[in-house]
Amino acid sequence: MNVVTLSQLQFAATCMFHWIFVPLTLGLSILTAWMETKYVTTGDEMWLRMTKFWGKLFLINFALGVVTGITMEFQFGMNWAEFSRYAGDISGAPLAIEATVAFFLESVFIGVWIFGWNKLSKKVHALSIWLAAVATNVSALVILLVNGWMQHPVGYVIRNGRAELTDFIAVLTNPYGLIKFGHTLTSAYVLAGFVVMGVSAWHLLRNNETAFFIRSFKLAATYAFVSCILVILTGDFHSADIAKTQPVKFAAMEAVWETQRGASFNLLMVPDVSQERNSIELLRIPKMLSFLAFKDANAEVKGLKDVPKELRPPVAATYYSYRLMAVLGMAMLLLSFVSFFVSRKQNLMDYRRVLAIMVFAIPLPYLVQQLGWLVAELGRQPWVIYGVLKTSDAVSKTITPTQVIMSLLGFTALYSVLGAIDIYLLVKYAKKGPDKDLTSIINVQGRS
Amino acid sequence: MDTLSLFQIIWFVLWSVLWAVYFMLDGFVLGTGFMAGFLAKNDTEKRVLINSVGPIWDGNEVWLVTAGGATFAAFPTTYALMFSNLYSALILLLFALIVRGVSFEFRGKIDSDVWRKSWDTAIIISSFLPALLFGVAFGNIFKGIPMTNNFTTFNFSYDGSLIGLLNPYGLLTGVLFVLLFAVHGSLYAAIKTTGDLSKRGAEMANKLWLPLLVVAVAFLGYTYPATKLYDNYLKAPVLLIVPLIAVVSLLLIKVFIAKGSCHKAFLFSCFTIVFVVFTGVAGLFPNLIPSSIDPISNLTIFNSSSSLLTLKIMTGVVAVFLPIVISYKIWVYRLFRAPVTNEEVLGNSESY
Ligand code: HDD
Ligand code: HEM
Ligand code: HEM
Repeated sequence: MNVVTLSQLQFAATCMFHWIFVPLTLGLSILTAWMETKYVTTGDEMWLRMTKFWGKLFLINFALGVVTGITMEFQFGMNWAEFSRYAGDISGAPLAIEATVAFFLESVFIGVWIFGWNKLSKKVHALSIWLAAVATNVSALVILLVNGWMQHPVGYVIRNGRAELTDFIAVLTNPYGLIKFGHTLTSAYVLAGFVVMGVSAWHLLRNNETAFFIRSFKLAATYAFVSCILVILTGDFHSADIAKTQPVKFAAMEAVWETQRGASFNLLMVPDVSQERNSIELLRIPKMLSFLAFKDANAEVKGLKDVPKELRPPVAATYYSYRLMAVLGMAMLLLSFVSFFVSRKQNLMDYRRVLAIMVFAIPLPYLVQQLGWLVAELGRQPWVIYGVLKTSDAVSKTITPTQVIMSLLGFTALYSVLGAIDIYLLVKYAKKGPDKDLTSIINVQGRS
Repeated sequence: MDTLSLFQIIWFVLWSVLWAVYFMLDGFVLGTGFMAGFLAKNDTEKRVLINSVGPIWDGNEVWLVTAGGATFAAFPTTYALMFSNLYSALILLLFALIVRGVSFEFRGKIDSDVWRKSWDTAIIISSFLPALLFGVAFGNIFKGIPMTNNFTTFNFSYDGSLIGLLNPYGLLTGVLFVLLFAVHGSLYAAIKTTGDLSKRGAEMANKLWLPLLVVAVAFLGYTYPATKLYDNYLKAPVLLIVPLIAVVSLLLIKVFIAKGSCHKAFLFSCFTIVFVVFTGVAGLFPNLIPSSIDPISNLTIFNSSSSLLTLKIMTGVVAVFLPIVISYKIWVYRLFRAPVTNEEVLGNSESY
């Protein structure tokens, strides 16, 4: 294998691994901050115990998000030196800004939050988790603007053999990046909601701490349900935007081969890449695709055959990932609706089947997250900066395949071990449930 | 001087400051980490040491993320070639930083001696390795690395290897960093703990001071034949104030340890680290990474920087946010200024 393929593999693996932990960090930070705020405003000790319990899971998860993030930053230079040189004028600045504005705030106040229980007033302590949560979400905005720029470059000229920034505001307000931010962030909230619901349901099925977990379940169900609606709405904006900005990706997402007006939508298709057609198309809804993409039933949808084969992304993988994301997204909407509905009832504990399903639903959002990124990143191949720089031209010139094989093996080994430990600890502490001992909690309540 | 060069120089200064502050701050976390095995005599003391860096280690590591990010933003070509040319060394560094980060979180999470002992070993190795590797990397940067760069055709080649970095000068700088951080970390342990542990920290710093002095002198001496750093000092002798401050601070560490004032000794070990880094970069200017093959291939602040617009935006961001960051970091250090005690660590369910 050459350096390009190996680097792609390594980048994909390390990204996807980073992304196992990031969405829970994003979503659970907000939930934990909310719980602590409730504690401060109501004085109800249950909220404090909730803060502590979910906060502990948040921290175990957070640790791996942080360390795998450093890998991401290093890799731009290590494996994609030509990309960094070519686009550093535009993508470097947001990364530096992200560190200065968001990472400092977050890492410093997480430290304050963990170690400050008996050093700060209740209000300032709650403020510290809010600062960390907001900073985390801001960091997501910045990095997604970078990704958005790579997907849909704006505000630059090609000069001096590279892309140079001409309009920073355009980069910051790039619709592609902003939509992506909306979609990704709400998807992270869905994930956190499902995790909290699943863990709560597990305990409820065992009659542990029922009051505690009913309250957690209720909160998470609302959070997940609202976020699910938003995720699907923003997902729809996203695909409509892609139809305009990245027509080839869109064609791959929907397996459209021929350019056509009034394109129909098939619920079930099996793309046949070698024949450049779909071998099966079932349950056709006429003109639906044109309508979905352009809100105009007769609009023209570009087909894959418009571009030469070497400029097409891997069609089947993009298509299946996209379809599965959307289908599972709808399924999650349904699940969160049902959970929301039963959580409003007095006899939530009687809906044992719903609770059992929610335990098994924990992996669902994780899977959907990965599929979403596969659509985004596979769908833009062979470009790393859409229409501007090919992935194969972005790779470092001074590294050898042996080096990348060694690092890829190293990452695989190290990440497998750390990932296994982290997930083991998450499960262990999730199953253990909240601290029974109120005195230890009261001890650390701090000054007020 | 045109505006572009002005901003390039501003960013050279900021670049040096970010790296220097990173070494100053993570220096004591790394140092406490790999000295923990020598300083702590039992499990509680180990926990005390880990908890003494607990609230701040991540915030300190972000200086590295920022220094890396700033290199990317201000000097993308240098970032690209520095990270790809030093690929293997950086992978090792990265793995070490990853392991160190999770060990703090993992160590106390399973109640078993084998588990804790394993993470103790992991902390020692993963703190020692970055200290050594940063030193080796910066030694090689001071010396120049075997690269040929053409800035019009964008042909870049690199003729080095991981083993090649382990040349005498690189290794000497590595040892220098290790000793600097060892003294720095021991002093941190002395001021952030109590009783025997604190005393052992001060004694250790005292013991390691002489070797550090010897290596520092050797480094300053060997720098003359091994690098071109002194060229700038010959051109502008006023710059000699920088290494002078480094040396004086180094001497003051000893003076204050002898007086039993570890806080002041720690302050001067901060100065020492910062001014050792400044000594190197003042000699580098205007290079960021020289080539050991051909001066035309040197990566300088002029041939590797971003556009004026990007530099201006970044300057604005840093001017607004860095003071904010520094103020809340000072607040946090004051909040956690009290030494960590055994009772506190044992009595708190939140501690590591
Ligand atoms: C819980 C997670 C989740 C759920 C339920 C959905 N998505 Fe999604 N989707 C993501 C999580 C996600 C993501 C992981 O956050 C991605 C990856 C990149 C991105 O911007 O967001 C993504 C990407 C992504 C993309 C590609 C973006 C690109 O190429 O840059 C599109 C078009 C959609 N989504 C559309 C949808 C639609 C129409 C959904 C409705 C059913 C949907 N998503 C549900
Ligand atoms: C917003 C931050 C991100 C940026 C800037 C980014 C950038 C990149 C870059 C530079 C590459 C390598 C070049 C290429 O193969 O095109 C890549 C590939 C890839 N990334 Fe991302 N990525 C981001 C987030 C993610 C996340 C979170 C995931 C996964 C969950 C992901 C999944 C992938 C995959 C699967 C590839 C490989 C595609 C291929 O090589 O065929 N990305 N991305
Ligand atoms: C390739 C692109 C990416 C890079 C270069 C990157 C960089 C980083 C870095 C350096 C950290 C560690 C920060 C620390 O030390 O505290 C980190 C952690 C994190 N990143 Fe990523 N990341 C990437 C992809 C993403 C994406 C796509 C998101 C979100 C939308 C994201 C959100 C986060 C979060 C929430 C954390 C957890 C902890 C923290 O913020 O410190 N990252 N990332």
